[in-house]
Amino acid sequence: MPVVNFVTTSGEILALAAENGRSIMEVAKANDLPMLAACGGALACATCHVIVDEDWYDRLDPPSEDEEDLLDTAHGLTPTSRLCCQIRVSDALDGIRVTLTPMD
Amino acid sequence: MSTQILSGTDVTEVTDVAIVGAGPVGLFAVFECGMLQLRCHVIDALPALGGQCVALYPEKPIYDIPAAPELTASELIARLQQQIAPFRPRFHLDQQVTELQRRDDAWELTTSRGTRIRARAVMVAAGVGAFGPNRPPLPGIEQYEGRCVHYLVAERERFRGQRLVIAGGGDSAVDWAIALADIAAEIHVIHRREQFRAAPETSARLHELAAKGKIQLVIPYQLAGLEGDGERLAAVVVKTLKGETRRIAADHLLAFFGLASKLGPINDWGLGAHNGVIPVDPSTGATSLPGVFAIGDIAGYPRKLKLILTGFAEAAHAAHAAHAVVHPDRALHFEHSTAAGVPIRES
Repeated sequence: MPVVNFVTTSGEILALAAENGRSIMEVAKANDLPMLAACGGALACATCHVIVDEDWYDRLDPPSEDEEDLLDTAHGLTPTSRLCCQIRVSDALDGIRVTLTPMD
Repeated sequence: MSTQILSGTDVTEVTDVAIVGAGPVGLFAVFECGMLQLRCHVIDALPALGGQCVALYPEKPIYDIPAAPELTASELIARLQQQIAPFRPRFHLDQQVTELQRRDDAWELTTSRGTRIRARAVMVAAGVGAFGPNRPPLPGIEQYEGRCVHYLVAERERFRGQRLVIAGGGDSAVDWAIALADIAAEIHVIHRREQFRAAPETSARLHELAAKGKIQLVIPYQLAGLEGDGERLAAVVVKTLKGETRRIAADHLLAFFGLASKLGPINDWGLGAHNGVIPVDPSTGATSLPGVFAIGDIAGYPRKLKLILTGFAEAAHAAHAAHAVVHPDRALHFEHSTAAGVPIRES
């Protein structure tokens, strides 16, 4: 089962097993990580905003226009920011590292 | 009959059930309570009913409301309003419940507008928290809000001859930049990328105005900070993702980043809220506080599904449990709506 590495806002790294097909947001919520994910993955908010490690960013499918529109409303954006409800776990992404953004 | 306790110049509204949140679940709770002859007051931070439905996705079609193959979120809210109208709920909108306190044998809620509501039962249907403007995390921004930092435009005239910075990439930012172009002294539009999230005609108009020099497009930049004396803004600092900064002298910042939600005070009410979820007994919606229930997205229990239909069912459970709290000495005589219709109270 692939592993997703979550870096918390305090720098702690949590390596969590993740089933193929789940979104990274679902993995975060299932493991009770501090992430609001207000719209539940419906692409209607920007509260699952994570910063993907540079090494992994280009391996992801590019964001859709809808995701880009919502990223426009997120703060603290970086060149590798993504909405993690749009990233699906797969063997190819085993070991991916993402940094959580502040919940408030 | 709406009861009020008058004490000096203070008025405390008295009702059977106080519902925190006027989203689909809070609204349907009015119906379930009404079927048991319980009167309700509903409080919401937004100035309109509908919660997440109208805040996040009013025009999006919803397919999983039982018996409704397809309807938009705003249609759902309109239908719920119709369904609960016979029970004449009282709404307190554009205000957030800040305090929940025990007073004798009832709960007293206080809102950000000073409204006080006393009820024996409370239903927290707060979803993902109170919606408010998506505030950019710029140090000191709160002190300028309402004076030099704005999240909506109430009066255009206010900006006549002023130097404006408009931030955001969507319809609101683009529409207001165009609408204020002839009134303001100067407009800088800040956006993180070339593409705006607006209708092609309005995008074209924006670029036309930029080409004529009537507005400046500052791309690809994001808001980074504010400069001022705490009362009046002097400048807005913006930054690219690579760290290049620009300082733009300005009198007002208009920030159009949509809405954001915050649980806020609910976290402090002793309900055990954790990561936005209040643990409840799934069969009643009861929280750890007697007479306080949680329903909808905010209520948590093992294998909970965050669906609107789940919230509707939770509202029914909570209403039945709330009856015993509101009328401890009265038997609950329940009749299906098909048997006796919708009971409407006189007065």
